[in-house]
Amino acid sequence: MILREHAVYERRLLMRQHSFGVLEKLWQIPWLFVLLLCAVAAVGYVALYSAGGGVPEAYASKHALRFGFGLVLMLSLSLVDIRVIARLAWPAYAGGVALLVLVLLHGNVGKGAQRWIDVGPIQLQPSELMKIVLVLGLAAWFHRASWERMGNPLFLIPPALAVLVPVGLILKQPNLGTALITGMVGAAMFWAAGVRWWKFAILAAGVGFAAPIAYERLHDYQRARITTFLDPESDPLGAGYNIIQSKIALGSGGMWGKGFLQGTQGHLNFLPEKQTDFIFTMIAEEFGLVGALGTLGLLALVIAFAMLVALRCRHQFGRLLALGLGMNFFLYVFVNIAMVTGSIPVGGVPLPLISHGGSAMLTVMLGFGLLGSAYVHRDAEFAAARE
Amino acid sequence: MSAARKEEEARRSIFTRRALVLGAVQLGALGFLGYRLNKLQVEEGERYATLAEENRISARLLAPPRGRVLDREGRVIAGSQLNWRALIVAEHARDVPAVLETFTKIVPLADHERARIERDVRRRRRFIPVTVREFLSWDEMARIEMNAPDLPGVSVDVGTTREYPEREHLAHIVGYVAPPAEADIGDDPLLELPGIRVGRAGIERFHDRTLRGRAGAIRLEVNAVGRVIRELDRREGQPGQDVGISIDAELQRAVRARCEEGTSAVVLDARTGEVLAMATQPSFDPNVFNAGVSSAQWRQWTSRRQTPLINKTTNGLYAPGSTFKMVVGLAALEARVCTPGERVSCPGYYDLGDTRFHCHARYGHGSLDMRGGLKYSCDCYFYEMAKRTGIDRIAAMANRLGLGVDLEIELPGTRKGLVPTRAWRQAQGKPWNLGDTVVHGIGQGFYQLTPLSLATMTARLATGRAVQPHLTRTVGGRPVRGTRPEDWPSLGLPERDLRLMREAMWAVVNEEGGTARTARLPGGLGQLAGKTGTTQVRRVSREQRERGFRVEAMPREWRPHALFVAFAPYDNPQYAVMVIVEHGTSGSGAAAPLGRDIMADTINRFRQGPGGARLAEARGARP
Repeated sequence: MILREHAVYERRLLMRQHSFGVLEKLWQIPWLFVLLLCAVAAVGYVALYSAGGGVPEAYASKHALRFGFGLVLMLSLSLVDIRVIARLAWPAYAGGVALLVLVLLHGNVGKGAQRWIDVGPIQLQPSELMKIVLVLGLAAWFHRASWERMGNPLFLIPPALAVLVPVGLILKQPNLGTALITGMVGAAMFWAAGVRWWKFAILAAGVGFAAPIAYERLHDYQRARITTFLDPESDPLGAGYNIIQSKIALGSGGMWGKGFLQGTQGHLNFLPEKQTDFIFTMIAEEFGLVGALGTLGLLALVIAFAMLVALRCRHQFGRLLALGLGMNFFLYVFVNIAMVTGSIPVGGVPLPLISHGGSAMLTVMLGFGLLGSAYVHRDAEFAAARE
Repeated sequence: MSAARKEEEARRSIFTRRALVLGAVQLGALGFLGYRLNKLQVEEGERYATLAEENRISARLLAPPRGRVLDREGRVIAGSQLNWRALIVAEHARDVPAVLETFTKIVPLADHERARIERDVRRRRRFIPVTVREFLSWDEMARIEMNAPDLPGVSVDVGTTREYPEREHLAHIVGYVAPPAEADIGDDPLLELPGIRVGRAGIERFHDRTLRGRAGAIRLEVNAVGRVIRELDRREGQPGQDVGISIDAELQRAVRARCEEGTSAVVLDARTGEVLAMATQPSFDPNVFNAGVSSAQWRQWTSRRQTPLINKTTNGLYAPGSTFKMVVGLAALEARVCTPGERVSCPGYYDLGDTRFHCHARYGHGSLDMRGGLKYSCDCYFYEMAKRTGIDRIAAMANRLGLGVDLEIELPGTRKGLVPTRAWRQAQGKPWNLGDTVVHGIGQGFYQLTPLSLATMTARLATGRAVQPHLTRTVGGRPVRGTRPEDWPSLGLPERDLRLMREAMWAVVNEEGGTARTARLPGGLGQLAGKTGTTQVRRVSREQRERGFRVEAMPREWRPHALFVAFAPYDNPQYAVMVIVEHGTSGSGAAAPLGRDIMADTINRFRQGPGGARLAEARGARP
């Protein structure tokens, strides 16, 4: 025990002396994880190549370009000191909320909701970015939490507000799926920070009470999603069409799939939005259960890495950050695949790293940059952590 | 260990525990997804694979070209004509009303046409073409093509439509085509195709299956909106086969030209029963059925007294009058109730009990044998013969000669007619009186016979064979049965009796005193034998008779029908002709000369030699 503590102390001393030299940091970057991300992105490339009708120009090339850009962003972020990131957490959060407000005021309407703002050449979805900065903010808040403070309900009010404000703004867009994911990410962080069980019980009761009222206030299209989910055949040419065609595509893929570029459902456009929300269906149709589970396995490894970083970090900020980011990624994956398999109502949630789309790719890679930083600086000392 | 560190450790252990719980939840959730995928892709995979196939493949039928109907010389009497039509594809047109507005300036469209187009556009999917206008003239087509830039989504393409070059000349025989009714579709999927037509009448209807052919099919890969991606495979259909009929279009036109309204004529090849010409006036143009018959046109057709749509040669029912007397004569001879030489005297009337039946010769014919009875068409002679023979034996002989039986001609709707018998009358709950038999001896009474059946009777008398009138000569280029004299069995009547009938009919035309002296053929065409008939439409009362009434004073529709049956040449019968002139007043006056002219036309038409088509040769060419 003593020996071990000593070794740790020695190492910290060492780190402080070197002050995280760039070379050492580069060495510390989780290259295996980077390789894993490349593999996932490669799956995305292949799928988008097929979705584009067998030409890379349609989607796949852009996808590769974006991933390359995201990778640079991620690697650069990984080198930024985690303590610097922690200091910038709240300003970043404030910026995220500001963008959400901006999108409500000046956003571009897409599919009946205000979701995008143009930032130079790319369209940014502030709600995607919000999830990352929310994780940052909550990690920073709970990092400072001592036992006594955690027991004090008043201490929980600011972070609760920090979750509810963006959730409310996203609901207002309206974007039910992302709002729910944001709320769940927040809840996961409260949970990991050590908030008591019974407080969650109260929350659950509150949600259970509020749900019917909320349903009343949902938009028609949101209600349609829920009702079509419950009975997709009720409207086979309307809202249920997507789910039915997606299930047909998945099911007809079978064990080994129809083969690369041979997916009839996808290539004959029976499959809706095959390059974005339903890209996983495309993979499952052409590569079968084997391809689907393989892809799911790669994505699971990404989540697992985030959880490992969370467990490995020596500071609460890094732990919570990694856990929150892992949770965010997990929710993306779960909601998307559950959606295309007809397990939950359809919502515009892309499959990260695989779906075509700049905003999700950018924010996901931004998150992995933060995760990388947490990994590189897993043993960093937050000297001024408790002032 | 400091308190701070202790607290840090505690916090870390809580985090670890809870993170592991979260990890487990995530693992469970991903496991659930794996389970869902397995269920969908492997357990229910087959079902979804079928659904995907159904999505992907669309089978379509290919319409085979409809076979032609040809006359005996190979002239097309029902063929396909190119139909240039303008189509509009809503998807490309975008603003359909605006495009139609422009179109109207180039080729005028009526308001109801535009309404129809806009309705079709709304009902169909946006990439399916909708017909704007059919049967474009060359000029209209050129104007549309020239203005193509102003007409987005409008294209001109060519389809086929049925064409009847002989127009009203052959309408009743060839029939016409029309879109199938719901009830017709059933077993043949071909009929579901847009633009398909089925035979509605005549040969078009009788040989519909043959002419129609069998649908081919292609299996197409289609995308979600039904657009064709590629052809997967193709099964060629069978094009409709040509049907050759025995009508000679040239003769048909000549015969029709001789017929006035209300006149019907049939020309048969007496040896084979082939129908060479079959004319009814008035007629109609079957081409109008292509574009659809307007209700005004339909009303005009059906409201007329002489409806053009009815083929009176097969559907008109008449009393045969004196043309029936050969039947009575043959029946009497067969029943041995008289000998050919036995004489019956005619004082101009015939008394049966209290009833007096009149002969057309007011003061009688004197004493006549059977030949004389036929030559002068003496009613008294045949009153007596009928009384002796009995109605049932007369009816049996009539049936044998093709009267009142189904002749099975290839014209759907043809009527069988009526030859009364004792049993038939009793089935009506009425007794058959001897007086009835007497009246039926001169072809009056209940008889309802078609001109076609009377022509058949004449052919049978002329040849002694049970020929049946028919139209079909070839199907798909191959001859059908019944085109040679040997195909037809003998009637089984004694040649002696038949010869007597023929000789009497010859006398009718060629001997001094015969009722059809006007029907002699011009020189060089051989001799014609025939029999006239005049049938009352209204009863002539005794009072009128005594006042010396004149038929000419009656309104036309009350005047008697004029009939004439004939065959020629007398020494080697080849053709049988039957003519009926409705309200023609007298068989010898109106019908006999017409029959003579038609017979002359027929003989001239088929006479061997340059210019004339050779019937004999055509027949010899057949196997």
